[in-house]
Amino acid sequence: MVERRSLGDLLPHFILCLGVAIVAFPVYLCFVGSTHPQEVIANGHMPVTPGPLFFQTYYQTLFVGTSGTTRQPVAAMLMNSMIMATAIALGKIAISILSAYAVVYFKFPFRMSAFWLIFMTLMLPVEVRIYPTYKIAADLHLLDTYAGLTLPLIASATATLYFRQFFMTIPDELVEASMLDGAGPVRFFFDTLLPLSRTNIAALFVILFIYGWNQYLWPLLVTTRDDMQTVVIGIKKMIVTADALTEWNIVLATAMLAMLPPVLVVVLMQRWFVKGLVETEK
Amino acid sequence: MAAVVLDHITKTYAGGVEAVRGVSLDIPNGSFTVLLGPSGCGKSTLLRMIAGLETISGGTCRIGDRIVNDIEPADRDIAMVFQNYALYPHMSVYDNMAYGLRNRKTPPAEIDRRVREAAGLLAIDEYLTRKPRALSGGQRQRVAMGRAIVREPLVFLFDEPLSNLDAKLRVTMRLEIRRLHNRLKATSIFVTHDQVEAMTLADQVVVMNAGRIEQVGRPIDVYRFPATRFVATFVGAPAMNLAPGRIVADGVVEIGSGRLAFDAARLKPSMGASVDVGVRPEDLRLLQGDPGANAAVGLPFAPEFVEELGATRLIHGLSGTAPFVIAAPAATTAADMTAGRIAADPAAVHLFDITTGASLASTAA
Repeated sequence: MVERRSLGDLLPHFILCLGVAIVAFPVYLCFVGSTHPQEVIANGHMPVTPGPLFFQTYYQTLFVGTSGTTRQPVAAMLMNSMIMATAIALGKIAISILSAYAVVYFKFPFRMSAFWLIFMTLMLPVEVRIYPTYKIAADLHLLDTYAGLTLPLIASATATLYFRQFFMTIPDELVEASMLDGAGPVRFFFDTLLPLSRTNIAALFVILFIYGWNQYLWPLLVTTRDDMQTVVIGIKKMIVTADALTEWNIVLATAMLAMLPPVLVVVLMQRWFVKGLVETEK
Repeated sequence: MAAVVLDHITKTYAGGVEAVRGVSLDIPNGSFTVLLGPSGCGKSTLLRMIAGLETISGGTCRIGDRIVNDIEPADRDIAMVFQNYALYPHMSVYDNMAYGLRNRKTPPAEIDRRVREAAGLLAIDEYLTRKPRALSGGQRQRVAMGRAIVREPLVFLFDEPLSNLDAKLRVTMRLEIRRLHNRLKATSIFVTHDQVEAMTLADQVVVMNAGRIEQVGRPIDVYRFPATRFVATFVGAPAMNLAPGRIVADGVVEIGSGRLAFDAARLKPSMGASVDVGVRPEDLRLLQGDPGANAAVGLPFAPEFVEELGATRLIHGLSGTAPFVIAAPAATTAADMTAGRIAADPAAVHLFDITTGASLASTAA
């Protein structure tokens, strides 16, 4: 194949490389910025090679925080974000796989109404129902708690739909074979349905983890205490517009650190992710 | 092992569609019974009602000494082999077979013994650790059968288990199923639309049409003495020739301008009655020579084209306006095929009531 590599093959590669460069360059600049002293960035001449302060900056970011603004170590923020994203992803998966199981495999009155009600919540994301949701969270004393941070985001129509579509591709005969093998609904769920959904769960986890990680508006509303803030909120709070000086090196280091967990999740679960979206194991 | 007795079983679906209309059937202990019929005739529904996968709308179903109408599928002591095998994709072959036993809290040592025994019987011992995905169609079929065998059920139910296999494998598996039955002697109910499977496997064939039983009997009896016009045309390939005729004398039926003799001792039509005359293609022969001598019997025949099957030739043609097919020996030459008359042994001629389609045989099986 090597000798047949022509312009027609090279051109797409060139375009792809260009795309990667366009996407990666700001990330690179962000990294470079995070390794230089604050003054170097502040004077407007951004260097393009890494500076000398890598360990120092990242140590300060993780364990000390900014000296002027948030004063919170980013490690704590990362932990908050991690707990929130994981809880949202796992909670959404648990609830939606169960509701999809009910809708697909059980006949009960108003089954389709229930399904369409779930479906309609697609039109009601947090941003739309923010006032009533906030009121409920406040009345239940959920402000500044992990429960308040995650519960309102967990109910999910998308994941329910996704599992419903997957369950409908599982042949009925598998259910019947389980029935004849003496497996009741609970056994069927744990012994057959859950193992068959593994790749789908993994794919969904990747998507939902990133969704949870990137939440901005809801955490901003529901957390007021500094020790409850997530990293996404933290970055925003570090950037001051008024009199104080923004510690850009720390902001950039925080941005780099905030990027890491989602990237890791994607990289580590990539194989499963692709499998879950492409392959149907039946 | 147990007998299965169906008493006036009906199945009516929510929309009022009647899939099974009052089926009564005795399936003797240890017999191999094949439910045969075209798609939509209710045979699968009947099987699924015996399995408990469909509710029974009316009548009773008895397995052994229990009426099972309200008993859960898992407690009916049956095992079923599905058309698409329905193996658990995420479990190894061993676990697929052991799963039902584990759910029943069978002791592990007993499970192991039964699984290995069944695997040996089906020659799948070396695949026990594999996943179904890594097996061929025939091997999956064996695993599905193994899963049924380890249960040691009262009754085996087969829902068109061979229809997903290629033609050659189907023949092999057919033989294996029969061999297995001869060995296990378990009551088996097998649903198929393939009459060759029915003929070769069954002790008892049940031909169904439109939710009703058309005929029950040994395969050879169903073939030789079809009780209805439907059975006559459904069983046998190529299908039996049918033509409208009229009884003109004792033991003679007139079809168009020709006449055929029939066995008046067996068939009792009334004189002058209009009937449907049926003759199997292999029972028809071409008459040679001068037609004058045997003009009393035989039908005019104009060949149109020939289907070459190797062992035989199917000669398609017309007798008057009625289409006829003759299965002629491979040695038949082109000269023979120009012959103008065909005839059949009187014993091979079937007569059916023109309205009800019932055989006019006095001793209809």
